[in-house]
Amino acid sequence: MSKTTNQKAWILVVPVVVLVAFNALIPLMTVVNYSVQETFGNNVFFWEGVKWFEEVLNSSRFHASFMRQLAFTGTILLIEIPLGIAVALSMPKKGPWVSVCLVLMALPLLIPWNVVGAMWNIFALPDIGLLGRMINGLGINYNFTQQPAAAWATTILMDVWHWTSLVVLLSYAGLCAIPDAYYQAAKIDGASAWAVFWRIQLPKMKRVLTIAILLRFMDSFMIYTEPFVLTGGGPGNTTTFLSIDLVKIALGQFDLGPAAAMSLIYFFIVLLMCWVFYTLMMRDEEQ
Amino acid sequence: MNIKKWLLPTIYILFLMLPIYWLLNMSFKTTNEILGTFSLYPQNFTLANYEKIFTDPTWYNGYLNSITYVVMNTIISLSVALPAAYAFSRYRFLGDKHLFFWLLTNRMAPPAVFALPFFQLYSAVELFDTHIAVALAHCLFNIPLAVWILEGFMSGVPKELDETAFLDGYSFPRFFIRIFIPTIVAGIGVAAFFTFMYSWVELLLAKTLTSVAAKPIAATMTRTASTAGYELGLLAAAGTLTIVPGAFVIYFVRNYIAKGFAMGRV
Repeated sequence: MSKTTNQKAWILVVPVVVLVAFNALIPLMTVVNYSVQETFGNNVFFWEGVKWFEEVLNSSRFHASFMRQLAFTGTILLIEIPLGIAVALSMPKKGPWVSVCLVLMALPLLIPWNVVGAMWNIFALPDIGLLGRMINGLGINYNFTQQPAAAWATTILMDVWHWTSLVVLLSYAGLCAIPDAYYQAAKIDGASAWAVFWRIQLPKMKRVLTIAILLRFMDSFMIYTEPFVLTGGGPGNTTTFLSIDLVKIALGQFDLGPAAAMSLIYFFIVLLMCWVFYTLMMRDEEQ
Repeated sequence: MNIKKWLLPTIYILFLMLPIYWLLNMSFKTTNEILGTFSLYPQNFTLANYEKIFTDPTWYNGYLNSITYVVMNTIISLSVALPAAYAFSRYRFLGDKHLFFWLLTNRMAPPAVFALPFFQLYSAVELFDTHIAVALAHCLFNIPLAVWILEGFMSGVPKELDETAFLDGYSFPRFFIRIFIPTIVAGIGVAAFFTFMYSWVELLLAKTLTSVAAKPIAATMTRTASTAGYELGLLAAAGTLTIVPGAFVIYFVRNYIAKGFAMGRV
């Protein structure tokens, strides 16, 4: 659709800009401020330049939590996106069951994140939890509070439980938007189910899937509350992702300088990846 | 063929319901029963946990606080996002694309980054421990999301609608409220769903910005857990009750979601 140039449109945007700027720019400047200074308390600050940035970028602790974060985000994307598409493809197209499916599937999305963590904690505990009992009953020694592998598996399963529905809802919406004529044409041509998926459904879902990947990437990269409540970042540091590490440094040890520098690097990484996604998406849309 | 098609969604929904069932199961047990015996359903069915929550003001105030700031946030987010989304969908103006991306970047900011500065900012403007502070703080990620969703819906409405209305002598505000908003009500439903959802489930900022007067229910739960030992039955009941408002919201917007998702962006 062609848009007309009209500078007065700014008036309509001003309230949004004011509100978001108040919430974004002032705190961001505070973080920038901390990131270049040293403090010994009493509000006395000393200029430190880029010292904290060098320290964070060279610290093995940051590298470790960054790698854990990448591994976690990569794994959940690889599971949630295909699973979400598969569930959406096999959902009924119309009838009373559509509402039932949508309501039940959306339920995990609306549970507060710490409740999700607490719920999975009592669900997976080896002594009182259903999942823990079941796995141990199969003869597998499972205790996520002590075994790093079990802690990882539980965290990933929790995230799949929590967020796959978002991918399902988006994919389903994309599928519903495909006109019936496409399917009829495919039927006349005698196309296989696989060909229909590959040539019609997947290309038509491209837009919603980009959004799904973008949202899942951003949110999983910032994940804090759920793993914190479930495992507390442990056992040891094995499930300490970037946000958990950041909060430990900032509010636990009160090392404001390194924490602020880490915040900015962290924010910058998320921003960079999202910018790449966003430009790709917009380029597609203009074609 | 038909059975095969039903199989995957059924298994998936069962998988989703299992942890929720376990929480529900525990909420009807006493803490002693939870720790003492393992059973798939409550043996001594009790409503004592729920009774405690509905009679103790420190508990039920948590729910009222959470709902207050979530509703405030949804109203603020939608009322400022509507005109802005209209501007983005209809007009070109200086810096529009950059502004749009800048808005989205705030959706990408990890809340952990902003926790401490937010505390200082809202203390400085003397809004610490008020509902409006949390409602405003959640605007950081909810306004960009609402603008994004609404812009998608509005772009799907033909421009002729606006032009005809202006030719008929409608002023902009009257056109917007009388004609435009009713046309995109599905989009508003979807946007409201997402703003409600993200404000309801977020805890890090809500916890940082409150202490007593506006403390969210989720924070009440964590604090009780650490002071009174683990009262698991009570925690399970409180957790179960946090699912209820979300379930209501989904139920009311379910038709918009199915219809709305198809047209919109999210």
